Parts: sequence; C-alpha cells; structure tokens
Amino acid sequence: MVDTADSGTPARPGLLASWHRTWRRANQRSAFGERYTTAIVFLIPTVTLFTLFVILPMGEAALYSVYRWNGYGELSTFVGTRNYAFLLNNGAFRSALINTGLIILVSLAIQLPLALWMALILAERIRGAVLFRAIFFLPYILAEVATGLIWKFVYDGRYGLVAGLYGWFGAEPPFLLADRELAIYAVMIVVVWKYFGFHMMIYIAGLQAISHEVVEAARIDGASWWQTAWRIKVPLLAPVIRLSVFFSVLGALQLFDLVWALTRGGPANATHTVVTYLYNFGITRMSIGFGSAVGVVLFIICVVFAFGYRRSLMRHD
Amino acid sequence: MLFRPHREESHFFRYLSLIAVALLVLTPMVATVLGGFKTLGELRVDPFGLPERWRLDNYIAILTDPWLWRLLFNSLVIAGATVVLTLIAGAMAAFTFAQIRFFGSRMLLNYILLGLLFPAATAILPLFIKLRDFGLLNSHMGIILPQVAFGLAFSVVLMRGFFRQLPAELWDAARVDGCSYAAFFWKVTIPLSTPILATVGVFVLVQSWNNFLLPLIVMNDDDMYTWPLGIMEFQGEFSTDWHLVLAFITVTMIPALVLFVFAQRYIVAGLTGGAVKA
Repeated sequence: MVDTADSGTPARPGLLASWHRTWRRANQRSAFGERYTTAIVFLIPTVTLFTLFVILPMGEAALYSVYRWNGYGELSTFVGTRNYAFLLNNGAFRSALINTGLIILVSLAIQLPLALWMALILAERIRGAVLFRAIFFLPYILAEVATGLIWKFVYDGRYGLVAGLYGWFGAEPPFLLADRELAIYAVMIVVVWKYFGFHMMIYIAGLQAISHEVVEAARIDGASWWQTAWRIKVPLLAPVIRLSVFFSVLGALQLFDLVWALTRGGPANATHTVVTYLYNFGITRMSIGFGSAVGVVLFIICVVFAFGYRRSLMRHD
Repeated sequence: MLFRPHREESHFFRYLSLIAVALLVLTPMVATVLGGFKTLGELRVDPFGLPERWRLDNYIAILTDPWLWRLLFNSLVIAGATVVLTLIAGAMAAFTFAQIRFFGSRMLLNYILLGLLFPAATAILPLFIKLRDFGLLNSHMGIILPQVAFGLAFSVVLMRGFFRQLPAELWDAARVDGCSYAAFFWKVTIPLSTPILATVGVFVLVQSWNNFLLPLIVMNDDDMYTWPLGIMEFQGEFSTDWHLVLAFITVTMIPALVLFVFAQRYIVAGLTGGAVKA
C-alpha cells in the first residue's frame, strides 16, 4: 500500500502500461526483423550475380594482369608490371588508342552535330516527322554485327555499293577496308551512320521538355527559326548534350562488334579499337595475363573519364 | 508587324537535309534486302538497282537451312531467360532500395551502381576463366547469367526510380491491413509497374538478342551459336557469295524490325529514361 501511495500510480494501469510497452517492443522487433529478412532475401539474387560475374572478374583482372598466364594450371609466373610496360610501348596498342580517340573525335565533331540538326527539325510538328525519326533510329536497332556486315558489303570493291558507284564513272574501285590508311575512316562513317539516331532521339526528348512559352516568346519577338534554335533551344538543351557526349565517349571506348564484323582490326592491325585489341591479343592467343592488363587499362580510362566528366561538366545537372 | 513573313526557303532547306540523310541511312539497308534477290553476277553489274527478276532461291536456301532455326532458337532462349531473370532479380532489388529502410542500403546501392561505370569487355578474360571453372562454357546459362549480372545495374536504377514515385499512401494503407513487404511487392508494386517492366524488359531483350562478345567467348560448338555468331561464321564461309550473305542478313534483320514496330515506344522510353536517370 505504501509503495502504491508513494509512487502515486495505481498498480493496474502500471501493469497495463508495461504490458503495452512489451507488446509494442515485440511488435517493433518483428517489423524490424521482417524489414531485414525481406531486404536480405530480395537482395540475394542481385548481389550474388553481380558480385560473381561483374565485381569478382574485375578484381581478378587486376590480379591476373601481373602474371604471365595462359589460363591453365597454376598462376605462377609473376611478371609485375611487365604486361603494362609492354602494352604501353606496343605500336598496335598505341594505334588502338589513337583509333579510339579518332572515333571519339568524329562522334563529337560530326555525329552529335548531325543528330542535333536532325532533332531540331524533327522535334517540331512537321509533316513526316514520325517517319523520318523512325528511319534515322533504324540503324540503332540493327545488331552491330549485322551493321558491320552490311557495310562490309557496301565497301566491297567487287560487288559492293562503292564498286557500283565507281563503276558509273568508269573508275577502278578501291578496296577501302583493305587499305591501311583509309580503313579506319571507313569504320568511322559506319559509327556515325549507326549511332546518330540514338543521340537524335535523346535530343528530341530533351527538346520536347523545353517550355513552349520561352520558344513562343522568342518567336513573337521576331526571332527566326535559326535564331530560336541556336540562341534558345541549344543552350537549354546543354545538360542533354553533355549527357550524350558522355554516352558517345563511353560507347566509343567499348566499341567491338562493329569493328570485328567489318575488319577484325585489320589490315595489319590498322583498325583496332581497345576492345578488339583486347580480344585479338588476349582471347584468341589465350594470353590471360596480358589481356587482363588491357582490361585494367580500359577500366581505368572509363572510370577516370566517368568521374572526371561528372565532376567537371555535369556537376550541376 | 509582330510576325515576320514565313520563309519558305528555310522550310525547303530543312526537308532537303532530311531527305538527303534519309537516303544515306536507307540505301545500305535497301541494297542489302534487294541484293538477297539477285545473283552474284547481277550484284557485280549493278548493286543498287532492282533485281531483273525477283528470284527467291537465296532466301529459300537460307530459310530451309535447319541451322538458321537452331541459331534463332538459341538466341530466343537466351534472350527470354535473360529478360525474365533480370526482371525478377532487378525488381526485387529495386523494390528493396526504394521501399525498405535498412542499415547499409545506400552503400549497397552504390555497390550495384559500380556496374554502370565500366563495360563488360574490361573483365571478359577473367569472366571466361570463371565460366570455364563453373563448367558453363558452351551452355545457354554461360551467357544468361553474366548478361543478367551486367544488365542489373541499369535495370535497378530505372525500376527504383519508378517504384519511388508510387504514392507512399499505398504502403501505409497496406501496413494497417497487416500486409507484409513481400505481399505488397507482389500484389501492389508489380501490378502497378507494368510500364517500367516493359521498358526494361524490351531494352534487355534487344541487348541480349544483339549481344556478340559474350557468346563469342562462351560458345564453341556451332549448334550452340546465337544468330550473331552464326551470321559471322556464315559470312566467313561464303565470303564472296554476297548474294547468300545478303539474304542471310536480311532474314536476321526481320525479328529486330518486327520488335521495333511493336515496341518502339518502350525502346525509346528505356533509352531516354535511362539517359536521364543514369
């Protein structure tokens, strides 16, 4: 009795409150438990697959790259940085880097302006816009391999379209893809042909998100189509353009199928990209250590570019 | 005088450039399809024009070759399984990141997003060794599992963005009724998310259908080839018989075109959505 009087709380409600508290805590614990069980079960497939087939191989590439290894038996011939040293002094690899750089350059200087020009026209209500958009997007839908072979036919000096074109003028057609100097330019044309429609679609989506009032206001102030396009739309599209530059560069860095179907890196290693070089000198010769070093270099280029670009140019997007 | 008179010539110039570019885009494709109807001799004389006679020999030869159907079957099985597995695993992970608060969620999401940073090609050699050690070389699974793994980062980003935009009241209401996370996921989130599932699904489908590098290292038996490997082998074998090669290319272009016609909306959505959110 004294106790109850001193504490000032009746016994029964106190008991009830503590029951209630226990009940609530148990309930919370089970909600907590359910949250974590669900999270773990739901994440297991993704984290397992991702770790096993993406992250681990990347780590192993770093490991293998300091060995000479043909893929069989023990990893025993440690060579330190010799794979990398060889790579950086290798003429074919340097030309693969230069080719990749040239493809990036053409993407930025020709492909993106072409895509932008087409998008500026086709984002408006103009007769046939849907049809033209579909046509320009068509090459992007085709498989890279099919595209490569189609253009191999186009460039064929005996049966191809180039041969036909020269035939009209009665001239002897060149074999473009067999020419060490010209082959890489032939590849670049195909890259532009295949991917400009992709960038055009991104630009069209971006243009359609621009508010009509701004464009209308410019029109009413007497701006011509050109002026509205150049002074209003393109600046407003800048974040989308920066993004498409990003995609262009990453796309060029991983270009493989198209080049493999067209030239296999030939003639005389003149048209290798980084990835065809990796495939040609890593897989087909089973030089796992050396090929992994190429992979690591490509990884570093991609990551440095991705972070650097996002930091500097896409900071505000 | 608020409006300038409409300038016809700029309109003309715009159409002119559209038509010029369209011709450059279409000519190689049209010539390919037409070339499949020609003989080699006709190609030599005129690779551009219509065939003298619309002969079906090349196409019949290709279409009656059981190997072609084998190739398409392999590609279809691989693409179908890749889509289903990517959607299931990706949607579960995306749901967890979007809906459930738990310790380490941000860190794990960033871990998955690493997958957006580098292309599959960088790790292709160790991947080859790993698939060999798992005994997955020359099997459909050897292509399906890595494809799912490499497609997950992109899929999780897209689906998480979509799931987060579903109204939070749904979850509150379900919670009051005693609904578990798993039940909510199957009964509410998934049925409401068909647009994003279709978008991701179509995108993954196209990537798998066209994939070349991974099948190239995984498959070594030409009965297990996917169609891009098959077309390369066919071209290597009949390198100068361009009429046959062109017919082969045309036949394999058809599935892509059909898909494009029916799923264009989702392809473009995936592309622009992925572009904006990546």
